[in-house]
Amino acid sequence: MRKEEKFELRLYIAGQTPKSVAALKNITKYCKEHLEGKYTIEVIDLLKNPQLAEGDQIFAIPTLVRKVPEPIRKIIGDLSNEERVLVGLNIRPIPKK
Amino acid sequence: MKQKSKDAFSKTLTGIDGLDEITGGGIPQNRPTLVCGSAGCGKTLFAIQFIAKGITDYNEPGVYMSFEESKTDIAQNVKSLGFDLDKFIADDKLRIDYVRIERSEIEETGDYDLEGLFIRLNYAIDSIGAKRVVLDTIESLFGGIDNVAVLRSEIRRLFQWLKDKGVTAVITGERGDKTLTRQGLEEYVSDCVILLDFRVIEQIATRRLRIVKYRGSAHGTNEYPFLIDENGISVLPITSLKLEHKISNEIISTGLDDIDGLFAKGGIFKGSSALVTGSAGTAKTILASYFTKSSCLRNEKTLYFSFEESPEQLVRNMQSISINLKPFLKSKLLIIHSSRPSLQGLEKHLLLLYKKIEQHQPQTVIVDPISSLLSVGSIGEVRDMLVRLIDLLKTKNINACFTSLTHESKMEKDLTVDVVSSLADIWIDMKNEDINNRRIRSLRIVKARGMGHETQTRQFIINNKGIILVEANKES
Repeated sequence: MRKEEKFELRLYIAGQTPKSVAALKNITKYCKEHLEGKYTIEVIDLLKNPQLAEGDQIFAIPTLVRKVPEPIRKIIGDLSNEERVLVGLNIRPIPKK
Repeated sequence: MKQKSKDAFSKTLTGIDGLDEITGGGIPQNRPTLVCGSAGCGKTLFAIQFIAKGITDYNEPGVYMSFEESKTDIAQNVKSLGFDLDKFIADDKLRIDYVRIERSEIEETGDYDLEGLFIRLNYAIDSIGAKRVVLDTIESLFGGIDNVAVLRSEIRRLFQWLKDKGVTAVITGERGDKTLTRQGLEEYVSDCVILLDFRVIEQIATRRLRIVKYRGSAHGTNEYPFLIDENGISVLPITSLKLEHKISNEIISTGLDDIDGLFAKGGIFKGSSALVTGSAGTAKTILASYFTKSSCLRNEKTLYFSFEESPEQLVRNMQSISINLKPFLKSKLLIIHSSRPSLQGLEKHLLLLYKKIEQHQPQTVIVDPISSLLSVGSIGEVRDMLVRLIDLLKTKNINACFTSLTHESKMEKDLTVDVVSSLADIWIDMKNEDINNRRIRSLRIVKARGMGHETQTRQFIINNKGIILVEANKES
């Protein structure tokens, strides 16, 4: 079986706003379901570290960035649409039983 | 330091030549100003100049948020204007934030806002205490994001945020077909909207600036020509709206005693403008050179703009009739500037004249001949330009002499003559006639405002001593 790359995800938020909280909740859920053990989620709060916005070219909040695997993909929004998030991150969904 | 004034609002000097004069102090302070125009019209240059001049001339640090060019591109653009961008950044006077929106990278799912942009902008502003901000061009966001409703409401929020933050912002926008900007940004900017226009008319490129909106000020819908040269944007000066020129009662010489004698006061008023017309070869330039010499003898700085002869040619020709301009050239009391009218557009000529006048601060200006300008502009445009020029000279109480080539039969119908003759204080017309195979030269004072003058046509000859008036005919 081909060893798949680990997903390195970064979630950019601006304080604990409803959208940001929802986004974190959603991505954690999707990752647990479809990427068990093969992911890391780093949460970057731009209110605490504004200088980090420039690096990943963040303009919208919340933004989820897939750093690895390349190429970089970005998803903006509260990530409420599971299908779009999975497609956007190119995660093959594990069908629910 | 922002001071609350009792005026409607304060203004921020842009550092763009001419614009600050037109607006009476610059753009509204701590408000967003929209600068729109089609591609290549100079919006980005406007923005760069605004920021750079803010740093060099007004000690106001600035943030440049670019949505289109990369940091290196901006640096190149700015360097070409003679500003050292790297130094600005090293000295913490400038922050450039390049916002790149790669549509293919982005997926939108669910609710979001543009807080990331706000955070970046805020961070950049706070890091150097910026007072000036440029967003160039925020409409790029529309190409990257689908949710237009969010975009519009966030842009509106951003402009309000900029006001609250206390920075003077210049926002650039691309010209739209039916709207001022493609995305209708003018809806959100109520304080000041400037439109830059770029047209090619009869193969000459012309640029115009128009102040579409300026809250609190009564602005005409005038268009002001502007230029882009190695120093950036210069907007041409406007004419004063009132005829409040200083006047002088001092009398000065035309350079020729005989001609002075034709005027009731023995000369002409200081600060007056004279028009010398005549067909080809009627000695207009010679008369202008006497005027020049007279000015130099009074130890007054003189600027001679020639559209037909080179400085060497002019000096040599005048030398042959005993008008020696060489020593004045040497002492830099006299500066001769020659150029071919067809080389550049009318605005460039006017701007050059204006710049040279600012640079040398002359007391006398000669333009020989103004009729050459008709080869580069329509009658209306040349007229506008001359009105501006004469107005400028009058405001500075500069003695002026313009020559103009006219066609014998059509003198009264020559439109430049028409315009300038009504603006000029003195009008001398020169004529050549062939009578019995002899060339008879004559001149006539058509008008001299504010003083009496001889109305009779006076004959003259030219020899190596110069112009000599022939005894007037005693017959009536």
